[in-house]
Amino acid sequence: MIASSEDNLPGMKIEKLHDEIYVGRSNDTIDGDISTLNLGPTHPATHGIFQNVLKVDGEKILSSEQTVGYIHRAFEKLAERRPFNQITPITDRLNYCSSPINNMGWHMTVEKLIGAQVPKRVDYMRVIIMELARIADHLVCNSVIGVDTGALTGFTYVFQQREKIYELYEEVCGARLTTNIGRIGGFERDFSPAFHQKLNDFLKEFPKVFNEFDALLSRNRIFMDRTIGAGPISAQRALDYSFAGPNLRAAGVDYDVRVMNPYSSYEDFDFIVPVGTQGDTYDRFQVRQEEIRQSLRIIEQAYKNLPEGDYKADIPEFYLPPKEAVYNNMEALIYHFKIVMGETPIPVGEVYHSVEGGNGELGYYLISDGGRSPYRLQFRRPCFIYYQAYPEMITGQCISDAVLTLSSLNVIAGELDA
Amino acid sequence: MQSNLNNDMVLELLQKQFGEAIITADTPYDLLTIEVLPSSCYDIIAWIKDEPTLAIAYLTNLGGVHYPQNEGRELAVVYHLHSLTNNFRIRIKTFLSIENPSIASIVAIHNGANWMERETFDFYGIQFEGHPNLARILNEDSMDYFPMRKEYHLEDETREDKDDRFFGR
Repeated sequence: MIASSEDNLPGMKIEKLHDEIYVGRSNDTIDGDISTLNLGPTHPATHGIFQNVLKVDGEKILSSEQTVGYIHRAFEKLAERRPFNQITPITDRLNYCSSPINNMGWHMTVEKLIGAQVPKRVDYMRVIIMELARIADHLVCNSVIGVDTGALTGFTYVFQQREKIYELYEEVCGARLTTNIGRIGGFERDFSPAFHQKLNDFLKEFPKVFNEFDALLSRNRIFMDRTIGAGPISAQRALDYSFAGPNLRAAGVDYDVRVMNPYSSYEDFDFIVPVGTQGDTYDRFQVRQEEIRQSLRIIEQAYKNLPEGDYKADIPEFYLPPKEAVYNNMEALIYHFKIVMGETPIPVGEVYHSVEGGNGELGYYLISDGGRSPYRLQFRRPCFIYYQAYPEMITGQCISDAVLTLSSLNVIAGELDA
Repeated sequence: MQSNLNNDMVLELLQKQFGEAIITADTPYDLLTIEVLPSSCYDIIAWIKDEPTLAIAYLTNLGGVHYPQNEGRELAVVYHLHSLTNNFRIRIKTFLSIENPSIASIVAIHNGANWMERETFDFYGIQFEGHPNLARILNEDSMDYFPMRKEYHLEDETREDKDDRFFGR
């Protein structure tokens, strides 16, 4: 394990460290030949467009050079020309495995800026949706780790459950992948009877399926041999690289935004923040597995205690009135016009808000100059920040470990490139 | 989780240590925001990381902002830092002139700043002195302008139906 020996090295030394490893390894080369391997840009094992130019000695990776930006769509620039409610669809396309978290993080940022108070019911509804999204996100990641180790069964099995989660989204907002769920101030409508039915079914069925999936991989000899020690990072290095989310927790740091800076009433729920010790692929897998269980616990608590009340905040200047009211009520028509034309007065100010996304602290830094669209909007994208540690994590490892490391980091191209 | 630090305490410590280098301080939405001289930015970030009472050692975010109307201080670099042990967040801002937008890189303090600084260079053209590899990251290498600057409009400027004046700006 390479990373453990680097604990006390200051940041700048790392380039040099690679050279040392390089030299050290080349003494016991397999045949003395160093070749260059292009892993990606499009490769079935990378699950997205990532290019890594690897220098390899046989199977051992000596160095790696990344190219990112293949699907850069200039979201931050686009956001400077869009009214606030039209930025939500942009956030969908960041981490598209858990779009609802992105959407709601954005809604909460705007609510913080305008000082809106949302009813408790909205908080709980959001928590339910966000935790469903986290389950979907982690399911994809963990089952894909299985695929990369050669176990396709678990993947196809849990994707049926992800489908159930997508059906739940569909009941709330009508969309599945790029959800654009909810609005600034709450939801478009209350949970429908079909949603309640489907959620109850899901809560009943999912734990059984999940336990079977867990049994397939968690203590599987082959899986453990493949993942333990693959792509490790120490807690110190992970913090130094500003890791967040499950990847940081797998290294042993219990930083979770939901606990540290609770938003959307997360302080009401009882849940555990799992941490690993080695920061390797197996720990990342296990942390995500446990987080799925904890998310399930949170959903159960939130659903059981779902407060009565309105599904939206009382902020007519930001929340679109119902269509019938627009046609029949002068006031509603005015608000509708103001929102659609972007004439709502917006406070001048700067706000940073972050939520615990599927991959860690997803932040929104919003500067408003009072105009219809943000003066500046920056997304803190956890993928972009921690993917830079990838070369360090895979140096000295095998190519097959590099593939596993990439999938266990859950690098999502949409979030990486914005 | 409650924080062991509060804004006034941290500001007092910083002012005691750096005095004139801290130009303004404010707490919008309860987040301590200080504006510092670009020349002391590196020292401040290094100091708050190592100072045991603060231990602001986690770099949350780093980015640029362009204010074309601020003559002589058109570009801003904004750092968001977080003390995970004290659960305290701080925002540090510094302004640079567009003629010579240069500031010390903090990669030596926070490794994670590497790509964040590259991104800020890529979009705003801010030069981070001492960065190990200050190359474009998301845009293609042959690009010869900095697209997030305000002079590059998103839409066709000849369009009149979307004039900002009609939209409250």
